[in-house]
Amino acid sequence: MTGRIIGITGPTVTVDLADLKLYDRLKVGHGGLQGEVVRLASDHAVVQVYEETKGLGVGEPAQPLGVPLSVRLGPGLMGQVYDGLQRPLPLMGEKFGPFIRPGCELPSLPEDSTWLFTPLKKAGDRIEAGGALGFVRENSFDHYIFAQTGGVISTIALGEINLQTPVATLEDTTLLHPAHDWPIRTPRPFRRKLPPTSPLITGQRVLDFFFPLSLGGTAIIPGGFGTGKTILEQAIAKHAAVDVVVYVGCGERGNEMAEMLEEFASLNDPWSGRPLAERTIMVANTSNMSVAAREASIYTAVSMAEYYRDMGCHVLLLADSISRWAEALREVSSALEEMPGEEGYPTYLASRLSGYFSRAGVVETINGKMGSLSMILSVSPPGGDFTEPTTQACLRASGAFYMLDTSLAHRRHFPAINWVQSYSLYAEDVDKHFSEAVSPAWATLKQKGLALLQKEEKLREVSEIVGAEELQDEDHLLLHTAGELRDRFLCQNSFSDDGFSTPEQTVRLMDLIVRQYEEATTRLAQGEELSVLLKEMQ
Amino acid sequence: MRLAEYRYSTLQGIRSQLLFVGQVEAVRMGEVVRVIAPDGHELEGEVLTVHKNDVLIQVFGECRGLDIQNTTVVFTDAIKQTPLSPTMLNRVFSGSMHPLDNKPMFVPDRWWPTGGFPLNPTLRESPREFIETGISAIDGLTTLVKGQKLPIFSCAGLPSRQMVADILKYSRTPQGNFVVIFVALGLTHHDYAFYMRTLEELNTHYVAIVNLASDSVLERLLAPRFGLTVAEYFAFQHGMDALAVVTDMTNYCDALREISSAREELPGRRGYPGYMYSDLALLFERAGRIKGRPGSVTMLPVVTMPEDDITHPIPDLTGYITEGQIVLSREMHQQGIYPPIDVLPSLSRLMQHGIGEGLTRKDHRTVANDLYRQYARGRDLRGLAAIVGREGMTETDRRILDFCDGFEKEFVHHQVGRRSVLETLDLGKELLARYTPP
Ligand SMILES: Nc1ncnc2c1ncn2[C@@H]1O[C@H](COP(=O)(O)OP(=O)(O)OP(=O)(O)O)[C@@H](O)[C@H]1O
Ligand SMILES: [Mg+2]
Repeated sequence: MTGRIIGITGPTVTVDLADLKLYDRLKVGHGGLQGEVVRLASDHAVVQVYEETKGLGVGEPAQPLGVPLSVRLGPGLMGQVYDGLQRPLPLMGEKFGPFIRPGCELPSLPEDSTWLFTPLKKAGDRIEAGGALGFVRENSFDHYIFAQTGGVISTIALGEINLQTPVATLEDTTLLHPAHDWPIRTPRPFRRKLPPTSPLITGQRVLDFFFPLSLGGTAIIPGGFGTGKTILEQAIAKHAAVDVVVYVGCGERGNEMAEMLEEFASLNDPWSGRPLAERTIMVANTSNMSVAAREASIYTAVSMAEYYRDMGCHVLLLADSISRWAEALREVSSALEEMPGEEGYPTYLASRLSGYFSRAGVVETINGKMGSLSMILSVSPPGGDFTEPTTQACLRASGAFYMLDTSLAHRRHFPAINWVQSYSLYAEDVDKHFSEAVSPAWATLKQKGLALLQKEEKLREVSEIVGAEELQDEDHLLLHTAGELRDRFLCQNSFSDDGFSTPEQTVRLMDLIVRQYEEATTRLAQGEELSVLLKEMQ
Repeated sequence: MRLAEYRYSTLQGIRSQLLFVGQVEAVRMGEVVRVIAPDGHELEGEVLTVHKNDVLIQVFGECRGLDIQNTTVVFTDAIKQTPLSPTMLNRVFSGSMHPLDNKPMFVPDRWWPTGGFPLNPTLRESPREFIETGISAIDGLTTLVKGQKLPIFSCAGLPSRQMVADILKYSRTPQGNFVVIFVALGLTHHDYAFYMRTLEELNTHYVAIVNLASDSVLERLLAPRFGLTVAEYFAFQHGMDALAVVTDMTNYCDALREISSAREELPGRRGYPGYMYSDLALLFERAGRIKGRPGSVTMLPVVTMPEDDITHPIPDLTGYITEGQIVLSREMHQQGIYPPIDVLPSLSRLMQHGIGEGLTRKDHRTVANDLYRQYARGRDLRGLAAIVGREGMTETDRRILDFCDGFEKEFVHHQVGRRSVLETLDLGKELLARYTPP
């Protein structure tokens, strides 16, 4: 059943096919551009096309593939760089040159590469759908091979396998393959969700100490241009204490991706000491690449992330920026002439977003393991105005809010996280954990630190009214300490050795600052000179 | 590929620069069409949307004189292409690539699609190496790097025109294989004459593409695409470092808004279309370098901030795409400082990769950081000085205030001509030393 193109508007194409399912994949045009059905009518269907439609002609063929838009999951994902449709960008570059032209297609996984398979089941064993048949070694960890259908195993491989041959057969003759396709818009199943309680260490002092994230938690980083979203996301991608990082460059700059690739090729994971590339998957759908593929990119990424979660890994998904995804959604929606909601965004923006956030969490997997998927997404509000729809929808759905402040960024206070407005709903549970595992003083120090910053704020207000001369000596001491706290603790230059801090180092530094302050306060009360104390504290 | 051109006289409607044509067979998205008016004059256009046999066409040029009965539309089966040749150097073209310099059209060596293709991010070479603009505030503190896109945020009435002229005149690379692509959008006749004089005096290679204020609005959208295709050609075909200076992107965005509203699209913030971010990104992302190839495309677009407002959608979206910004200040202009660059909000995000030993000079980073820090402190102190008076301040603070003035008057300000980056750094060091307490 092949149809024809009957209309083209922007990234959408109308085809004269009727017997399709919503979200089915299609190939359109002589070039075989990829698309997905987004609207059905009795005698035609509307297809969202994931590549540039320029040059596409009316009357050209439309070939339904009978499957929804999917990612390919299997050994070989790790270290890859994909576009929003999971096309392998390095290989595309090798085959088709530096520019991406429509219709280029290559397999997402190296289908002919071989892997050493260790079975966990034997012939005669029963396996349920989603159960682990065995594993192969992918870099430093075990990559589990899941059965796509359940049944009784009749044969199972041992030793070298490749992705083209089955790894097991069931008694009903079903073939089980080491790699499979998964529809990107469908969350992967698990047994049950668990509450997120243990910390996700980011290596950023201000986050880990004041606004900690938990494994399985979600956070957003909204901020105007140049406030440091990308640098922060990349710093976390480098330093986070997780097993797997999936990083999505969603509608952002090509040079940033190039920079990141270069850096990741040479750096090591600070926790395991192994190359960062061995734990990272990148999805790079830059702002000049297809807008429709940008819309798909975050789903492609989350499906890969869930796949590793299902192996019992702690996975962190970072996306920069979710606003560009929302804009892509708006572009497709407006090409479909849907009724616009606020600021032209489709009315389902908020529900799509909350659906997306809910793919995060700590789970007990089908195989009874514990895995987690955490998300940190940057948000780019137009004009830095946080009341706009995307920021608001993200705020409602996420558990931590890392607000980037333009005025801090202008003063080159990085990461420019506003310590008054930001919050984390995970703090209570995570602090308990840090107090037990890192330092019993954690929670007390945190309160003291926050109090210092709050008092500083008040003092500044006062001194603006009455003038700095009216301040007492202890006020000067406090202002000095708060300044130290901001410059040495809150600020963390990503381009220096200070870019990463373990929780132990973090709490030690806070302890030092607080202790110095308390000692100086006591000595001041005993009559020592302020200037002497300040000099000593330098 | 069709063997013959298809001609249609089935116009169903005309609205500003949009034509509705019926009963068309086998048309392609983005296909170039020729529109032949009843009096025989020809216009170019492009297919915008197709539904069954109805086609919507946007026309480049003035639609005056077209009618329903006697206008013919010829479908060419081709996508918009840019003619290219090394002989384009040092020539001036219109927004539809016709010569404006009274010389005959060159013979194209090849044609490239005007829209370009996205560069595979894994084959991008990250921007490194330095482009000297000859302007101290830029070279010293917001250094431009090959493959970067760095806009100038100006305000109405500020001398951005003079600055563009200076950048055209003074920019160069240490390697010397350099070409500037000058793209002017919505230019007045007065400015046109000014820039033509500037181009005549250039010592570097250039290609100019000029869209006048009286020219077609659609051409205004096309001109930067031609310019960037030319830049890519010289960069990646001939290994040159191409610097595309585009002025003024605000006119571009206004043209985008005008056409969007003619198409009856849903308006976004301040009436600009929702896809403006992606549209601008398609232009700006063409800046870059390619792994394993010589040559680079660098972009320096000028944006005039409407109502001096940096949160206006045009500078805002630009800032979200570019790698930093150079901000001009009305206040500094009023104090007679030229170019009136406010270095505090200005930033080149890629600067650290373009400076230092072997690129500019070993001490560049330190000098730049010290200058920035002292100047930022001085600017804070100015507020205080206004309240308590100079006399009420400490000796150190007074020195910083003096530094601040000196920095603006001697470093940011250019009395005459260009400064090499080494001269810039020496000047910066001298200023720092002069006002540092002994
Ligand atoms: N942690 C940091 N340490 C040092 N410098 C930083 C840090 N964060 C940000 N910066 C500075 O701020 C600049 C802008 O940061 P970044 O690119 O992350 O901004 P952004 O919020 O992603 O902006 P956009 O929305 O335009 O993408 C950087 O180039 C760098 O100069
Ligand atoms: Mg960014």
